Amino acid sequence: MKKTLMTTTLATTFLASSLFAIIAPNSALAADYKVDVKGAHAFVQFKIKHLGYSWLLGRFNTFDGDFSYDDKSPNSANINIEIDTKSIDSNHAERDKHLKGKDFLNVSKFPKATFVSNNVKFSDNENAIVTGEFTLKGVTKTISFPVVKIGEGQDPWGGYRAGFSGTTSLKLADYGITYNLGPASTHVEMSLNIEGVRI
Amino acid sequence: MLKNTENSYGLIAIMFHWLMAISIFSLFGLGLYMVELTYYDAWYKGSLDLHKNIGLTLFVALMLRIVWRVVNVTPKNADESASKIEVKAAHYAHLALYGLMMVLMISGYLISTADGRAIDVFGLLSIPALPIDFANQEDIAGIVHEVLAWSLILISAGHVFAALKHHFINKNNTLVRMVKVLPRK
Repeated sequence: MKKTLMTTTLATTFLASSLFAIIAPNSALAADYKVDVKGAHAFVQFKIKHLGYSWLLGRFNTFDGDFSYDDKSPNSANINIEIDTKSIDSNHAERDKHLKGKDFLNVSKFPKATFVSNNVKFSDNENAIVTGEFTLKGVTKTISFPVVKIGEGQDPWGGYRAGFSGTTSLKLADYGITYNLGPASTHVEMSLNIEGVRI
Repeated sequence: MLKNTENSYGLIAIMFHWLMAISIFSLFGLGLYMVELTYYDAWYKGSLDLHKNIGLTLFVALMLRIVWRVVNVTPKNADESASKIEVKAAHYAHLALYGLMMVLMISGYLISTADGRAIDVFGLLSIPALPIDFANQEDIAGIVHEVLAWSLILISAGHVFAALKHHFINKNNTLVRMVKVLPRK
């Protein structure tokens, strides 16, 4: 009897831990995601008005990041993004060369732009305000911007993914970019569309 | 008259020399000036277009000049008393000027065509980009372009001083024969 009980207990423990191991990747304990830059399911884009007559769009091709998110405690989420400034691409080499130079990003001196969140506040299941430290051209400022959770779930290849979208407007002069692009072009709209793969 | 002789440059070589000299110094000045222009300067775009157009025209002129140099006789040294080292230095300085001009113009072309865009020449024809490119092409070509431009101007300045030295100190016809076609001896 005693022996049987012990066997049962062991079996139960074993079963439980096996189950736990299976469930674990989906539980609150593992909610860290790596931004899918390898598969390019993430985009750092910008747009700025040209002379006030149209939108000019561009992007940063090289960046990396990670975030943690758990729908059971969404407000404990956080995100880190590091952007390689010299990867700026506005589909025009001469303009990119100018943007990488001293008039704008000065990428040889400031090769990285970073964002590190320190507060995430969800108002419902999808909408949140992310606050954190944004560093561009050596200037660090605290910025807040709205983020929308697009979705999460299993992917068809055995992984688990979650994706978010956020936009913010940055005043160029705040980051030491004072080149005169005209009164309609003092701010740049940054947008971040990312998908993370759970690690 | 048109062709070089043993003791003088011909009119064509002289024309090539001075037209390119004027164009290159103008391009250097224009280059320094245009990069300082800002977005709301009326000539912000025009200055760059002009720089590219003159540069591409110069490239064609350089090719023709090299061909002309090869098919023509090269006049003898104007200064018979010049030391071997002096003659060699002048020779290599001339080669350096040709080499610098060529690479300088190619690097400029590589900046503008880094994204595969063609260069429009005076609205008349369009010079396409090469089918190949390399990483950070516009940045690397840009640095090469700037360094070589300064090098070309410095060596040209040396070339000018050497010519003036021959004219005023050595009192030979080195400079004179680049200004007018001398009669055959």
